[in-house]
Amino acid sequence: MPTPPMEAPPAIELLGIDKSFGTVRAVKGVSLRIESGTITGIVGENGAGKSTLMSILYGLYHADAGEICIDGKTVRIEGPRDAIARGIGMVHQHFMLIDSFTVLENLVLGAEGGPLLAKGMAAARAELARLGRDYDLNVDPDRLVADLSVGEQQRVEILKVLFRGARILILDEPSAVLTPQETDRLFRILATLKERGVTIVLITHKLREIMAATDRVYVMRRGEIVAERRTTDTDPEALAELMVGRKVRLDLDKAEAHLGEVRLKVEHLSLVDSRGVRLLDDIGLELRAGEIVGIAGVTGNGQTELLQVLAGIRAPTGGSFSVCGRTVDRAHSCDPAEMRELGVAHVPEDRLRQGMVAAFRASETSILGHHHEPPFSRNYIMSNPEVSAHCAQLMELFDVRPRLPGLRSDSFSGGNQQKLVLAREMAHEPKVLLVGQPTRGVDIGAIEFIHRELVKSRDAGCAVLVVSVELDEILSLADRILVMFAGRIVGEVEQRRADERTLGLMMAGAGAG
Amino acid sequence: MSGPRRPLPAWADVALVPLINIALAFVTVGIIVRIIGADPFHALRLLVVGALGSSESIGYTLYYATNFIFTGLAVAVAFHGGLFNIGGEGQAYIGGLGCGLAVLALDRYLPVWALIPLAIAASALFGAAWAAVPAWLQAWRGSHIVITTIMFNFVASALMVYLMVNVLIAPGSMTPQSRTFAASGKLPAVHDLLRGLGFTVGPSALNLSIVLALLCCLGVWVFLWHTPGGYALRTMGHNPQAAVYAGTDLRRMTMVAMCLSGALAGFVGVNELLGVHQRIVLDFPAGYGFAGIAVALMGRNHPIGIVLAALLFGALQQGGTELSFEFPTITREMVVVIQGLIILFSGALVHLPRPWLQALLARVR
Amino acid sequence: MDDALSLVFVMLAATLRVATPLVLCAMAGLFSERSGIIDVGLEGKMLMAAFFAATTAAVTGSAWLGVGAAIVAAEVLALLHGFACITHRGNQVVSGVALNILAAGLTVVLGAAWFARGGQTPSLVGEQRLMPLFFSKAGDNILVYVALASVPLTWWIVSRTRFGLRLRAVGEMPLAVEAAGISVAWLRYRAVLLCGLLTGLAGAYIAIAQNAGFSRDMTAGQGFIALAAIIFGKWRPVPAFGACLVFGLLDAIAIRLQGVRLPGLGEVPVQLIQALPYLLTIFLLAGFIGRAVAPKAAGIPYEKER
Repeated sequence: MPTPPMEAPPAIELLGIDKSFGTVRAVKGVSLRIESGTITGIVGENGAGKSTLMSILYGLYHADAGEICIDGKTVRIEGPRDAIARGIGMVHQHFMLIDSFTVLENLVLGAEGGPLLAKGMAAARAELARLGRDYDLNVDPDRLVADLSVGEQQRVEILKVLFRGARILILDEPSAVLTPQETDRLFRILATLKERGVTIVLITHKLREIMAATDRVYVMRRGEIVAERRTTDTDPEALAELMVGRKVRLDLDKAEAHLGEVRLKVEHLSLVDSRGVRLLDDIGLELRAGEIVGIAGVTGNGQTELLQVLAGIRAPTGGSFSVCGRTVDRAHSCDPAEMRELGVAHVPEDRLRQGMVAAFRASETSILGHHHEPPFSRNYIMSNPEVSAHCAQLMELFDVRPRLPGLRSDSFSGGNQQKLVLAREMAHEPKVLLVGQPTRGVDIGAIEFIHRELVKSRDAGCAVLVVSVELDEILSLADRILVMFAGRIVGEVEQRRADERTLGLMMAGAGAG
Repeated sequence: MSGPRRPLPAWADVALVPLINIALAFVTVGIIVRIIGADPFHALRLLVVGALGSSESIGYTLYYATNFIFTGLAVAVAFHGGLFNIGGEGQAYIGGLGCGLAVLALDRYLPVWALIPLAIAASALFGAAWAAVPAWLQAWRGSHIVITTIMFNFVASALMVYLMVNVLIAPGSMTPQSRTFAASGKLPAVHDLLRGLGFTVGPSALNLSIVLALLCCLGVWVFLWHTPGGYALRTMGHNPQAAVYAGTDLRRMTMVAMCLSGALAGFVGVNELLGVHQRIVLDFPAGYGFAGIAVALMGRNHPIGIVLAALLFGALQQGGTELSFEFPTITREMVVVIQGLIILFSGALVHLPRPWLQALLARVR
Repeated sequence: MDDALSLVFVMLAATLRVATPLVLCAMAGLFSERSGIIDVGLEGKMLMAAFFAATTAAVTGSAWLGVGAAIVAAEVLALLHGFACITHRGNQVVSGVALNILAAGLTVVLGAAWFARGGQTPSLVGEQRLMPLFFSKAGDNILVYVALASVPLTWWIVSRTRFGLRLRAVGEMPLAVEAAGISVAWLRYRAVLLCGLLTGLAGAYIAIAQNAGFSRDMTAGQGFIALAAIIFGKWRPVPAFGACLVFGLLDAIAIRLQGVRLPGLGEVPVQLIQALPYLLTIFLLAGFIGRAVAPKAAGIPYEKER
């Protein structure tokens, strides 16, 4: 007599998970169920608690309260070792690979198969070949990880997880560093894994990917699960609304741009690093007063370096650019201080690492780069009252909270830090404004504010260059969009004619120039 | 964003933690004193009396403190620039060489008011030059400053032995030391000056270098917190990328920080040679350069803290000397042990009392 | 001809004698630094070990107990370094400097208190010392052979064992090691303990094999020369061994050249030859002789969030 199919226990069940860092409650009483053999998405904004939640599941953090069940059994996960033993594997957003090791060495780390390496390595080599065949994940075992492309490195990460026999695979923002085409390939691999019974959890903030790859989706907001949907029953607009908690206006009200003179002209600009890698290749662009030009592209295609060169942080190795009458090339290099004097302001991509000093008071951060100018410094002596007054004024103008110039810079939230940096850079009425990732790690409210300020400064006649990996941001902000791929500008589109698909193709280097 | 380590209130951070760290060091020393069979409380009393019991001993305490202020400031200035200068010992040594050479060359021709400033400038210059090489290597060639400054200490020591034995030795002398400076190469002693003013204090090695040390404190304070140069230097120390962004040339700033640091360390030569020895001798830095690390750590890299820490170290040095006369089993090196323990507790183990304190303060509230 | 041969033998033996503590110390530092823990405290550990080796040998009359005491003493300092740098994430250079100063003071304080000879221990004779095994003139005591064996052993451990793979990994990227389910702290503690063991042997060699007792500051910067040798060997065992031999040879030459006039050069200052290891290391670090790249995570405390 055939037994009726028993309902299989869920692969993962989380009950009432709670986690605080200091006074910040990052995850608040989260419960969720992930069925075996499915692809489940967890979607939410930056800082919604997705990564923290999954790091708890993987044992990197300890939950303050709550229960974890794997295959219906309650388990204690003290560290990654326990998670691995329960068949959980994680592909981190920042790869956990050792650059100076070969693929094979990275693969066996933590699963060496005995105190001596020789035997385990040979077995791993055979296993790697098998996995490569089964899942179409071929990587040369003897190459150094440092020599692999980002997509290949990610495949090594997935191989590491499979090599340990994981049945549950967690991927944290896997597409952040991939082109849309590489992302497609990743999703094909995930589909194959699902066919073989692997349970997959996909953490992302990209709704398109949720729609394309998952069976079921959880939406997180401010540390809580706010919704659970079957992917087929929902759509991106609904998910976006759930994510931010209200209707989002992705497009920005802005008037037609009034173009003025050319403020920045870049011709045949190139940058080759000390190892001979071509980071920028024959870049040409023009930026006029009164317009916002957006540069789209996947992380690591030269946008960072372009901003650095234009801000005077790195000298070009070929070609030239001119800003407000000053021409910079290899022989006539320029430093950030001179650029600033010419009227170029720069909001760097990574504000914590470049744009501010975490340990400084906000007032000290508010004059970074202008510290030797009056009224802050006269006759080589600084005036601290002047500095504090200036900071207080910036805080008022840009609504930085709390309004305490004496507070350590890193005790402000991401959005307030960014507003402070932006305020500092805009305070001197720049002729050219370079902005990298204007809203990275910034909450929704601040995003709208920052976008409006950028448009305001455009309308006041500033020439604005925005680099962002968020395509939506570029689409709503920019009057003109340039796409970078492998250090080159591969396409230019008017905002009105731009759509995600063509831009995506260009970002992968496949579009027509 | 916020890490698991909750911050302590500012007063606890500035005052309580250093005090606890010093207390831990002293308790450990007490145990060591006990182990070698002496009464730690009796030893402590002798130490305090030895350091502060008479105008003479106070004078010596201040004389030692002068050296500690110089080397403590040297470590602190470099540290604010994110550079760990372990080469204070060598820089003090070479600074002293510069000072001595200036005096030996000119003491027969120049009066005291012209020679002393020149000699002070020479110590600063030589100390700075000895620090400039590791700084240059770090800035232009990327070599690690900790390692190069350590190596430079040994090179300075070998160089000085060579010069003293073969070149600078006074004719007919059996010990490797230079000829005695002429009278114009002497920095007035404080007890002589006070006698001139009608006060009588016991004679000690304390000389006008202490005024130079206090001026250096003031100068360092103004430079670091009230000039754009100091701002740029601190920016580099906290976040080199932000310093580049702000338009600071890191290479130049590395040179500036290390040269200032070396010059400050070089002033040990002023106190020792112009103030006391009146000739170039071997091994006069006697560990002051290394102790500067302890002074800077304890003084939280702030001039006021450094003065306080230097006073403590000066008192230990002087009291320890007296102590070793009284106690045959305790040698002067006990002071070195204390220095080591203070570096350990207020440097490497600075976080040790933090969790307890947090728990304690949380309960009090 | 015979003269030349015997000169070669004498120089070789002298080189090995001088190089032995350097080799042991360099292998010690290599374990620590490959795990990401910078150790400028090799000197202090060695000094402390030398003191306790001589003290124990003098008191008990047994050289072997002296070796044991040396290892224990070095391990205590090694654990203190680990406690400060691994458990409390303190600054590794500061901790190393502290241990050096502590050892320099404590050995003299204890020595003076126990033996009342101004910090020296009594001279050791007979069974209290480790004696040469085969050639009485060469000074080839057991620790010389241990040092020679430590090089291939270190190479094998680092490159051919699971522990070695993890050791190299934790010095490059501790987070990856943690994510692979391996304890970063325990791995680093084991490296630091190995470092203590080897510096203990080096200290014992100096006090009870090379010399007949302890005298103040007797390690005389050899810990730093070993550090230089590690950098010179680019954190690899065999090249580091080569550097130790070169530095040992320089020292042997320095001793022979004392007061000798060389044709054409005149008298070479002994101080110059003594300073050569440091000068050469500076040149290396300046990138004039190849490039030395330290383990990526060396010196950075590993902060684990919980």
